[in-house]
Amino acid sequence: MLAQAVRRLALAIPTLFAIIAAAFVLMHLAPGGPFTSERQVPHEIERRLEAEYGLNLPVEQQLLRYIFGTKERGGGLIRGDLGPSMTYKDKNVGDIIAEGAPTSAILGLSAMALALAIGTFLGVIAALRQNKSQDYLIMALAIAGVCLPPLVVGPIMQLFLGVQWQLLPTAGLHRDEYGLRYLILPIFTLSLPIIAVVSRLMRASMIEALRSNAIRTARAKGLPERQVIWRHALPIAMLPIVSYAGPALAGVMAGSFVIETVFALPGIGKQFVLAAQQRDYTLVMGVVLIYSFLIILLNLAADLTYRALDPRSRTA
Amino acid sequence: MSDILIDDTPQPLAVKGRSLWEDARRRLMRNPAAVTSLYVVAILVLIAVFGPVLWIHKYDTIFRDSVSIAPTWTDWHILGTDTEGRDMVARLILGLGISMLVGLAATIVALTIGVLWGAVAGFIGGWVDDAMMRFVDVLYAIPFVFFVIVLMTVVQFDDPVLNLVLIFCAIGAVEWLTMARIVRGQTLSLRQKEFVEAARAAGAKPLQIVLRHVVPNVVGPVVVFATLNIPVIILAESFLSFIGLGVQEPLTSLGSLLSAGKDQMTTAPWMLIAPAATMLITLLALNFLGDGLRDALDPKER
Repeated sequence: MLAQAVRRLALAIPTLFAIIAAAFVLMHLAPGGPFTSERQVPHEIERRLEAEYGLNLPVEQQLLRYIFGTKERGGGLIRGDLGPSMTYKDKNVGDIIAEGAPTSAILGLSAMALALAIGTFLGVIAALRQNKSQDYLIMALAIAGVCLPPLVVGPIMQLFLGVQWQLLPTAGLHRDEYGLRYLILPIFTLSLPIIAVVSRLMRASMIEALRSNAIRTARAKGLPERQVIWRHALPIAMLPIVSYAGPALAGVMAGSFVIETVFALPGIGKQFVLAAQQRDYTLVMGVVLIYSFLIILLNLAADLTYRALDPRSRTA
Repeated sequence: MSDILIDDTPQPLAVKGRSLWEDARRRLMRNPAAVTSLYVVAILVLIAVFGPVLWIHKYDTIFRDSVSIAPTWTDWHILGTDTEGRDMVARLILGLGISMLVGLAATIVALTIGVLWGAVAGFIGGWVDDAMMRFVDVLYAIPFVFFVIVLMTVVQFDDPVLNLVLIFCAIGAVEWLTMARIVRGQTLSLRQKEFVEAARAAGAKPLQIVLRHVVPNVVGPVVVFATLNIPVIILAESFLSFIGLGVQEPLTSLGSLLSAGKDQMTTAPWMLIAPAATMLITLLALNFLGDGLRDALDPKER
């Protein structure tokens, strides 16, 4: 298993470079550049700036420069340098991401943890009460959870929990002992759609797991029902959740534009969308890189967890 | 001689074998949630198609004397007007139509690319399959937002309708990846199934095998994916509206209405409640219908 993990990670490096190249070329297809905005820079200055960042070169040379750096100044991706930002003067992409990534990562991780706990529990209950009122109620709630976008749910919760009932702070982030309270609403809003997906997946796979021969055997040998469900059926039923949760976690950890905007949080999701709109090439590439890396890593983690949970692969 | 040969063998009794589709339809009709959803979706489609003609106000008529008024019977503004003084019912009907159109068109784009890509990869197999799916993997690892922003800015039209088509294509061009994976997986596993082998052994022609054994097994997941994908696309479009890349004024979508409504939440709540309720009903119905179809089309349930 370890050997396979190492091989997968080694294979991930060319994939990562392919992703970088694809994203780089795609981005340069879009018209305009970081310095061709409304800011009315004189033409000569604009050209000086473009030369400074190498934007006057052909795309493939820019890509090489981005990955390997330049002779005079060094840098480049292979030395761990994500380059200077093109819209924030005097700031490196590395610094900008280091500022925003912790917030996004904490939000994403907590939202996923919350969603897995609630979603799994709801899914199991719905499966055990299949086609009874509890089942219908839980599934209706789960579907409703994906039916309203966070850009509506967020402001509604701010209005009621924050403004009208004064229970929780509505926006911003404070790094003190009350800091956590500022994260409750964004984490909950972010986790709602994930709860919905997890509970639906869980219900379906739990129903299937309860019909399996392994569970019939467990019941036949007289195990108490609670043990049958939580010790034997749950690991089998968790398998689809594991496959789903890997890439989904990468998605939420790379930041959510809506959540970060609505709750005024300094994460990388907001930076990313703004950067893409302003053609801040290096900043966009930096976030794409983080996202792709997370996707590859978490997919691998999901596969390994899958193997660990799947009883069929245990003997191998 | 042949004319005296009277066919006196009794006609086989009309024991009509139920086709797969008949079976699926029966199962669907037994599911109350799915049937209700089917009617709700049908009604919503009718409203979206005929609503603009039947409703007395137009979506872009501005009533200067009644800006942001609450629901009232005066002038038939039964859902009020928005901040520009346009009738909310008319805008809601248009928004519903455009959201459904975006969902449907983008799904068709995604289906076309995805089914072709996945089926070709699955059928040919070998290094072609490897290369094609590696390509999908690479695109998968690029964030959705990035894709759409780039695609939407590469081409830009002044014509709002062309821009709308662009949104379909941009979203569809992202969503096909999942479809390709599903279809490839199905094709691969079906090629080796015993019933396909049995059909081949019984002398069925390749076309017959594909139509009677492979297609019914692929169509299920594809139809389900399509139905469940429409809500996802409608939500994606609302996200685009939020970042200002969605449907352009004076056209509107449920997402744009929600986005505009949430800013007036405290002063003019009707501008949020009506679109939110419409969105909720539409997506609930589509989701229940998709779930019902999944249960109905599952060959294991026969």
